[in-house]
Amino acid sequence: MLRLEPRAAPSKALTLLSPLIALGITVAVGAALFLVLGKDPLLALRLFFVEPLKSAYALSELSLKATPLVLIALGLSACFRANLWNIGAEGQFILGAVCAGGVAMHATPDTGHWFVVPVLLAGAAGGMAWAGIVAALRDRFHASEILVSLMLVYVAEMFLSYLVYGPWKDPAGYNFPQTITFLEASRVPRLFAGLRVNWGLVIALVAVGGFAVFLFRSLPGFQLQVGGLAPAAARYAGFSSRKALWTALLLSGGMAGLAGALDVAGPQGQLTPYVPMGYGFAAIIVAFVGRLNPVGIVFSAILMSMFYIGGEMAQSRLGLPKALTGVFQGLLLFALLACDTFIHQRLRWARSRHER
Amino acid sequence: MNAESLALLLAATLNAGTVVALASLGLIINERAGVLNLGAEGMMLVAAIAGYAASVHTGSDWVGFGAGVLAGAVLAVVFGWLVIWLNTNQYATGLALSLFGAGLSAFAGIAYTQQRLAERPHFAVPGLADVPFLGTAIGHQHPLVYGTIALAAALAWWLTRTRGGLVLRAVGESPESAHALGYPVRRIRLLAVAAGGALCGLAGAYISLVYTPLWVEGMVAGKGWIALALTTFATWRPARVLLGAYLFGGVTMLQFQLQGQGVQIPSQWLTMLPYLATILVLVLISRNPIWIRINMPASLGKPFQP
Repeated sequence: MLRLEPRAAPSKALTLLSPLIALGITVAVGAALFLVLGKDPLLALRLFFVEPLKSAYALSELSLKATPLVLIALGLSACFRANLWNIGAEGQFILGAVCAGGVAMHATPDTGHWFVVPVLLAGAAGGMAWAGIVAALRDRFHASEILVSLMLVYVAEMFLSYLVYGPWKDPAGYNFPQTITFLEASRVPRLFAGLRVNWGLVIALVAVGGFAVFLFRSLPGFQLQVGGLAPAAARYAGFSSRKALWTALLLSGGMAGLAGALDVAGPQGQLTPYVPMGYGFAAIIVAFVGRLNPVGIVFSAILMSMFYIGGEMAQSRLGLPKALTGVFQGLLLFALLACDTFIHQRLRWARSRHER
Repeated sequence: MNAESLALLLAATLNAGTVVALASLGLIINERAGVLNLGAEGMMLVAAIAGYAASVHTGSDWVGFGAGVLAGAVLAVVFGWLVIWLNTNQYATGLALSLFGAGLSAFAGIAYTQQRLAERPHFAVPGLADVPFLGTAIGHQHPLVYGTIALAAALAWWLTRTRGGLVLRAVGESPESAHALGYPVRRIRLLAVAAGGALCGLAGAYISLVYTPLWVEGMVAGKGWIALALTTFATWRPARVLLGAYLFGGVTMLQFQLQGQGVQIPSQWLTMLPYLATILVLVLISRNPIWIRINMPASLGKPFQP
């Protein structure tokens, strides 16, 4: 019978191949699903993998969606490497959006364009504060960061809803639950005329470099990862686990908050109850598919962004529900985890040694 | 608050508590065997739509509950196979199940957002339903409300007083010893995971068929995660799960009571209450790590390879 046995050393090739195999499995299942739904699988797959790359406009939309995913996933990669399970990035994203929006509303027609800087900083601070609650409760009371961070997502959603239905509602907004549209001074400038892609993309790319240095070339980054891989070794070396906890959570909260700020001060332009779009959850998948590596995260964020845009096009052109995107995202992570098994283990044909 | 509204609050509390109690009892089974399934939310969502769809098509709630149980168990077996045989990370795999379940249920549910269930049956316990106060509070509940209490009692007895329960706990405390004694650790774990998924599925179907009898995307609204928190709160004991679940149900229902009393608080702050209460409870219970370590199944979350 077939048995799994540990490899002597993790397979380098499979570490890189595994996301591709997982993508292959997801595409195969997707094609089968399209057949079942009575759609031409080739046409449908084109919507996901070709159309989002076809024109400058499409590429701009693709990078607009990939930007928050990259930013959040970078922060999460630091958390997951430290073995901290911050799964509430969605909440930190919302708080970032709320704080950025709170500042952005104070711009006047005379305000200079420098105003976008405090808007973005407020967003990062908001996300940090929200993740800081998680860190404080874990540090002081040993409360599970998984459950606390997730509970705070619902709290953040309700807080946003309270603001846009209540004190922050646009008085001239025909009673719609939304804030005023932010003035030009608090909006992230666009990179090219006529395209929606903005300076957020540049910030994200700089952040990729910054995280590569932090994770692989800095002492705090190293300490954080040792703590995740071998807590006992980290203790012996005198690396503070509390410092790692706070660093990783504040960093990931700040990144998620910044992503939220860029989203409301960028394409959205105002706060509505629809600010949370699931980027915080999708970024978990992005981080894993990108191997918790900054460069890998760029590629997986582009892929995930294709899923979003493909899902939207499948809705408008094929009449399929947009929710398909969520199915594919979940499937991709499942497939990836299954494939990852073979990085550390291999299948061997063993004489039937029944496990009783 | 008069007696009538107190009785109604109690009734609503039992109803809301049943959802998390069912899921949490299921999660206790797999956690006692050493497997942590963070996919509760996803299993409940898929079961909610599976149960709803089955009930819409057949007109029978019991078929709906069956479909929910089956959906939960099937997803749990997929999860179990990954973490038990392929040794994937339990946290990541559970998370994947939750994300996948959210996507799948949203996709499958689109056709059902406009569909209505057959007329809701009305239940009354003979002899109890007409008693003043008690009749309103506990006399008109869905059979599963009483079933959940019976299940908690049965599970408490099974875990501590039977051979099967002892083996399950042995697998969770020390899979190496259980394996050395000749017990099929992985098969036992898979069964426990499937049982946990089945009960999460029942809880999910209860949401869409009884608690809020309709289908809305994401309608489980974190109850799966709250059920996970509850297992820690209850230190993995069925009786305490019931207590915690009804406490949670009370907090959830208090918001409607307060709104009914004309308390001038924006509804969003009240909706936050159950989530804030869960955080508070987690903080209180986790304060003493030694106490948690004593009560927690020793191999929880750790893979076992024979």
